[in-house]
Amino acid sequence: MSEEKQAPRAAVGTTTSQDPIQRRGFFRWLALGWLTFAAATGGFFTVIIRFLYPNVLFEPPQTFKIGFPDEFSPNSVDTRFKKKFNAWVVRDDESIFALSTTCTHLGCTPNWLLTENKFKCPCHGSGFRITGINFEGPAPRPLERFKIGMSDDGQILVDKTKSYKWEKGEWENKDSFLKV
Amino acid sequence: MGESQVWKSIIRSGVPRTRRQRMHAILGSVFLHLHPARLPKHAVKVGYTWCMGGLSFFLFVNLTITGILLMFYYRPTVEYAFTDIIDLAEQVPLGIMRELHRWAAHAMVLIVWLHMVRVFMTGSYKPPREFNWGVGVLLMTLTLLLSFTGYLLPWDQLAIWAVTVGSNMARATPFLGHEGPGAALLAIGDINLIHVGSDVRFALLGGRFVGEATLLRFYVLHCIGIPFIAMIFMAVHFWRIRKDGGISGPL
Repeated sequence: MSEEKQAPRAAVGTTTSQDPIQRRGFFRWLALGWLTFAAATGGFFTVIIRFLYPNVLFEPPQTFKIGFPDEFSPNSVDTRFKKKFNAWVVRDDESIFALSTTCTHLGCTPNWLLTENKFKCPCHGSGFRITGINFEGPAPRPLERFKIGMSDDGQILVDKTKSYKWEKGEWENKDSFLKV
Repeated sequence: MGESQVWKSIIRSGVPRTRRQRMHAILGSVFLHLHPARLPKHAVKVGYTWCMGGLSFFLFVNLTITGILLMFYYRPTVEYAFTDIIDLAEQVPLGIMRELHRWAAHAMVLIVWLHMVRVFMTGSYKPPREFNWGVGVLLMTLTLLLSFTGYLLPWDQLAIWAVTVGSNMARATPFLGHEGPGAALLAIGDINLIHVGSDVRFALLGGRFVGEATLLRFYVLHCIGIPFIAMIFMAVHFWRIRKDGGISGPL
């Protein structure tokens, strides 16, 4: 380092003739830069969140056929579809309906107790009648029913994407049961 | 040795002999600089701090080491998870690595709570430490989430149903959970944008119910995701203790 003082190069002469960057132009580029950065960051996080939602699920289908109406005997609970599809098929005197196996208390799966004629949840003891109406334990509302209908080949079709709640009066809906 | 080039390239300052040099030695190390260069006398009064923060960190290190060792044997799939846990007790040498991890996890939740109790009871959350209290609350939440995600990994009945019940809470998330307040407002005409296959619970579980995808997600969150976030906030937490006037002590 030399001892003598040197003026910084930028301070020599006037800058207006040489320096093309003006205040307004600078802010224009700055705003553009920040906008680009914000857009790229926003896009980045959008893509990451989208990444967490899979396109293909390795789960049983939401809509499935359960067989012909005469395969279900009156006043019985069919538990064949419980494990794979999380649904009970119940036939009472005049209709067939599909009950959700998700307990309305905290979401465990109750068991159908044939001798006691009720659904009983092992987690906290909620009990439901064959109709799905709750009568004991902490469950606050009845089990939900799934959409049920006939397919073209005469089999019963259950659609789990639509469910019907008793407390909203939705069990009156004609898609929530099948007249037999 | 203090004069050799190898020593000087790593430690920079020679063997510290004065207070100033000792301070430099602390500040020059990435690990030590999180700590204060000098401790006040009251900092070693265990009766006041209960050493709960130090014990929490000790248990975190303990859990990291035992956890990494468990990862050599455990496979997070529906087919193998449960039997691998049995094997860890019955076939793997020493057989207690999983128990160490489990008990250290229980202890860490307990100790973190006691740490909160101590800080609260001594009023150590008050200014200038209010920000670090906030970081601490976040770290406590991360501790509970680590505990929750680890709970699923044994893949037994207790694990599956506990996580089923626990993750059902996410259904009630405002706007983002399909049973939460405001979720019905996010709709285009008759089409609900937030339903059981698109809400925040679905993203957490990787499906509509606790299954194979959930086991893998919780495994990744438990082993990598949450510890990574926790480590960042722990560094902030320790550094802020020093910046906020050192460890709190009797007035």
